[in-house]
Formats: sequence, structure tokens, C-alpha cells
Amino acid sequence: MDFGAIHEYLPLYRDALFLTMRIGWQGILLAFVIGLAATIILHFRIPVLRQLTSFYIELFRNTPLLVQLFFIYFALPKVGLRITPALCGMVGLGLLGGAYMAETFRSGLENVPLIQSESAASLGMSRMQAFRYVVLPQAVSSSIPGLVANVIFLLKETSVFSTVSLMDLMFTAKDLIGMYAKTVECLFLLVVFYLIMLLPVSILGSIVERRMRRAEFGS
Amino acid sequence: MAESQVNVSERADGKPLLSIRHLHKEFDGKVILKDFSLDVKKGEVIVIIGPSGCGKSTLLRCTNALEDIQGGEILIEGQPIRKDAKNASQMRQKIGMVFQSYDLFPHKSIMENILLAPLKVQKRKREEAGKEALELLDRVGLADRKDDYPRQLSGGQKQRIAIVRALIMHPEILLLDEITAALDPEMVHEVLEVVLGLARSGSTMLIVTHEMAFAKAIANRVIFMEKGEVVEESSDPKAFFERPETERGREFLRSFEY
Amino acid sequence: MQSLGLDVLFKGTNFLRLLEGLWVSVRISLISVVISILLGLVAGVLMTSKNIVLKAAFRVYLEIVRIMPQMVLLFIVYFGTTRVFGWNLDAEASAVIVFVFWGVAEMGDLVRGALISIPKIQYESAEALGLTKQQTYLYVILPQTVRRLIPLSINLVTRMIKTTSLVLMIGIVEVLKVGQQIIEANRRTSPNAAFGVFAVVFLLYFLICWPVSRLAGYLEKRWAA
Repeated sequence: MDFGAIHEYLPLYRDALFLTMRIGWQGILLAFVIGLAATIILHFRIPVLRQLTSFYIELFRNTPLLVQLFFIYFALPKVGLRITPALCGMVGLGLLGGAYMAETFRSGLENVPLIQSESAASLGMSRMQAFRYVVLPQAVSSSIPGLVANVIFLLKETSVFSTVSLMDLMFTAKDLIGMYAKTVECLFLLVVFYLIMLLPVSILGSIVERRMRRAEFGS
Repeated sequence: MAESQVNVSERADGKPLLSIRHLHKEFDGKVILKDFSLDVKKGEVIVIIGPSGCGKSTLLRCTNALEDIQGGEILIEGQPIRKDAKNASQMRQKIGMVFQSYDLFPHKSIMENILLAPLKVQKRKREEAGKEALELLDRVGLADRKDDYPRQLSGGQKQRIAIVRALIMHPEILLLDEITAALDPEMVHEVLEVVLGLARSGSTMLIVTHEMAFAKAIANRVIFMEKGEVVEESSDPKAFFERPETERGREFLRSFEY
Repeated sequence: MQSLGLDVLFKGTNFLRLLEGLWVSVRISLISVVISILLGLVAGVLMTSKNIVLKAAFRVYLEIVRIMPQMVLLFIVYFGTTRVFGWNLDAEASAVIVFVFWGVAEMGDLVRGALISIPKIQYESAEALGLTKQQTYLYVILPQTVRRLIPLSINLVTRMIKTTSLVLMIGIVEVLKVGQQIIEANRRTSPNAAFGVFAVVFLLYFLICWPVSRLAGYLEKRWAA
């Protein structure tokens, strides 16, 4: 392995990592917000919005991110919606992730037995109060393993960002392989930088999950 | 026991606290309750018995507006209570309900379980409500468990907490839905003791139970239901449990013998 | 029609070409899924083994699959093997290798999950009835495992189809690439072709994956009890 080359490429990969992480985490944040909004719309059965939300979830769960990005980046400008590559990456990841987050929250809500909201109701709480104080806290904590899995999945999905001309890790690797044919070094750095991006999240996720399981409330 | 009976007769001329009139409840086309009527006066303890699926639990759920009804009306102090009505939450505050499966909130400590509704619904001061919570906990013998979580308690203890959680709202009437059915036999007693105590202090209660000895001891009035209808009603529980007037009543009571 | 660029699709064999492009990635995923399921069944049984070395090896394998994007694996196999071993793997073979590597891990984990989720009492009550070990597996354990596995494997198919869209990046001419070619060829006559073409590709993927995942969901619900 040519360590000189590795040393030389390091800053390029570092910049690419920062870019990928920035857009990736922005997208994940957006996904979280979209997912929560979708969940609330579905949970409270808001007419019209509810049907639209279900359609959105099905559409984005059943298509690849790559195709979604192509549509947003290449097709939408033709009807007057032009956005930058960075925004495209973030919005695409946010829309994809939102659909997955909504599913995770939904199953978290389904895990809370109906009688919990009935007990809350029988104490005189309104639907909103029962949701906020009784159902939601339980749903969120039972969704945590699913949320961690979603975050890892979405961070991995950032690897298609290069197709909308974002200079992310894949773009950098492909570019350098093409130019200097230092394939092994470039691939090595690619793996190392994805590990830097994903390993901490993965480890943190397992710790949280293990602690949750130990401290599980209820019988 | 004698005390609470005196209580009732004193108020016997008063208006009913709870009035169920011609209640009709269907579920997916299946009739659960047929033209059911019942008046409950303040201080009365009414026990409803009957085979599984006779509609007795549904009756309590309708009374607390957890189920929609297809006919008739339910009045609390003369005001109607309905599931889809705007004031359902306010009306429910007049009614306390305890379920078979206790259903404490697992993410909150015992104290927080008890205080959630007084603080959020009645907007009471934490200090004042907390003091009352401690008194009530003391009454059911669980003051030392206030900072524990539900998972650390036995079934009988959880059920006593569920009763406290309902009581702190100062309900006009308590609905108890087979509260000992999910308990291990050795824990039934500690929960029934608490309920007997409530009866002695004059609480109005509508109780669904399978504990016949308990029913006999606590009831001012017994209602035997089958298939959504009242088969036999008696204001003399002792007489009912010794020799029911209807054949079906006799059959039902026989099913508890071996 | 003109302004949305849908007209391009009706020109000549354009629509057919798109479908052919889609078939390329669907074919890769079907081949990968079949191999993954077969090898995954074996892997899953091995994963329940108590052998420490085997357990550790699978742990590392699963962890790699869990955190490495398939795209990175695709690059390693496609670009790396040529360089290091001098193999001349074509892109499609590289893709199948990567998706099988990923699919076996997923499937194996599902099988392992299904096997350990069957309560011990099921084995014990079968034994108490006097069934032999083989009979226990054949009549009691397997039917329950299969019921849990079928919906999950169907789900794996849709995930595989979605993931194979990545092969675009190693130069395979699949539906998106065909789309780009069509847009390029009609740049002057229909400048808005990009909208029509990519909207249709979006829809095509949805029309393939949605019914399959609905089926998986339906079976899962039906067999949940």
C-alpha cells in the first residue's frame, strides 16, 4: 500500500466526510420531523391529510432513494422546482427517512395497549392529554431500537449522494480511482471513513438498546 | 356494613346519582345490552354478577363513556354522558374506574401515577395533591412504595394503587370491573379489604365481580344479568345468595360449587 | 404532454427499453434473492450454534453488513478484485456477489430469529407427547418457523429490488441509465423529457415493490396468530 498516496488523499476524504455527515444528519433530522408529523396525522385520523400521508409513506418506502433523488434533482426542475445538490440530498433523505420513521413510530404507538389511553380517559384526561402524558412517552421509548436502526440505514443510504453531483465519500473514491488508479488505497480510505461515520452510531445504538432492555418498565 | 346501609336509607328519597335508562348497546350487529335500566343512589353499593359475556363489563365501559351506545341514555347527576360528546372528559371526572388489569402507567412512578390526573386535569397544586396522595397511600398500606415503579409491585399492590389513582379525583361513583380477576388468589383479599373499607365510609360503587362471598358481604343490591338483560334483582343480597328466585339464578350460583 | 416530457415515452421503442432496463436490475435481484435464501437458511441454523468461533465469525460478518453501505461493498468487489487478484469480474457478477453477501446475512439473521423465537415449551410439549426429535422438527417447529419466515423473505425481495438500483454506479445499463440515454437522445425535440422519464421510473419501481410488500404485510398479519 502506498502510504504517501493515503496521506495525500486524507484531506479530500475528510472534506467529503464532513459534507456527507452534514447533509446526512440534516436529512435525518428532517426525516424525524416528517415522520412525527405523519404519525400525528395518522394517529388522529385527520381527514384528507391522512390519505395523502398514507400514500406518501407507501410511495417512499417502495422506491429506491437513488430513483427519488433522480426525480427530485433532474425531473423537478422541468416543472420549475430547481434546488441545489446539497438541498436535494437532504430533502431526498428526509422524505425517504420520514416514511420509515413514521412506520417506526406507528408500531411504537401500536405497542401501547388501548387500555392505557382508556385508563387515562377514565381519569378525565382529554384525548390530547392522554396522548401527550401517557401514550407518547411509552411509544417513543419502545420505538428507540427502531429509530437507531433507521438512523444507521439512512447514514448508509447517503452513499448514493454522488449521483446528484455531491462530492461525498463515494464520489471522492471513484474520482481518485479513475485519476490515479490507486484503487486499493482509495478503497481502504473509503472503508475507514465509512467506519468513522457509522461505527460510533452503531455502538451507541447497541448500548442504548441494551440499557433500555434492562430498564424495561411494565411486566 | 350496617353503617352504609343506614346511609342509603337516609338518602333513599334523593335523586339517583347515576341513572341508566333503556341502554342499548350493539357491537358489529351483535346486541350486548338490551333495554337496560338502573338507578344508583348516593352511598349505594351495587354488585353485578353473571356469566362471562353477559354484558356486565360493557355496561361499566358504557357508563364511563368508553363505548358508544346505540340507544337510551346514561345520566350522572341528571347530566348525560356520551363518548363522542365534548364534555366527555369533564363527565368522566365524576366517575372513577378501576380495570381488571390495573393498567398503571408503566413509565411513571407510583406517586406520578397518582398525581398525573389531579395536576394535569384538575390543575391542583402539587403540594396539596401530594399530601392527599400520601394519605390515600397510607390508607391502602403502600405509603413506603411511593417512589417505586409499577413493575416493582405485585398485582395486588398495583390494584390498590389503581384504586388510589381513581380516588384522588374525588369521583361521585366508582366503577370496579372485575378488579380481582387477574390476581393470584393470595392477593385477592388485600384488594377486597380496601373496597370494603370504601363501602363502610359511604362510597357509591358499581361493582362487577366473580367473588361471590365478597358480593354477598358488600352489596346493598345484587343484579344478576344474562345475555345483556337483568334476570333477577334483589335488595336483600343474603336472601339472593341463599335462595335465588329464578331458575337461572340458581343455576348460575350452582356453577360456583364443586 | 409535450411540456411534461411524457411524449418521449411513446416514441419508437423507448418505453420498452425502459422496461428492459428495469428487468436488468430485477433479474439481478431475483438471482441474488434465490441464492441468499438458500444459503441464508444454512447460515441461520449455523448462527444458533453454540460454537464460540462460529458465533464470533458470524458476529463480525453481520456487523460488517450492518454498517457498510452496499455501495462501498460494490466498489470493493468491482474495482478492488481486479486490482488485487487480477480477476476480471464483470459488473453483473460483482453485483450478484455483493447482494448475496448482504442477503445471506439478512436471511440468516431472520432464520436465526425465527428459530429462537419458538418457545422451549413447544419442544418440551412435543416431547411429552412422545414425538421423536425429527417428528418434533417436522410437525411442530418447522411449520411455525416457515410461517414467520415467508413474509420476511418476501420483504427481502422488495428490499433487494430497491437496492439493485445501485448497480448504475458500476456501469450497468439499468433503468435509470436507459432513462438518461433516452433523455440525452431527445434533448432537442423534447427538452422536458427528464420529467416524464424519471417520473415513470419512479412509478415503475413503486408498481413492482408495492404489491410485493403488501403481500408480505398481508401474510404477516394473517399468520401472526
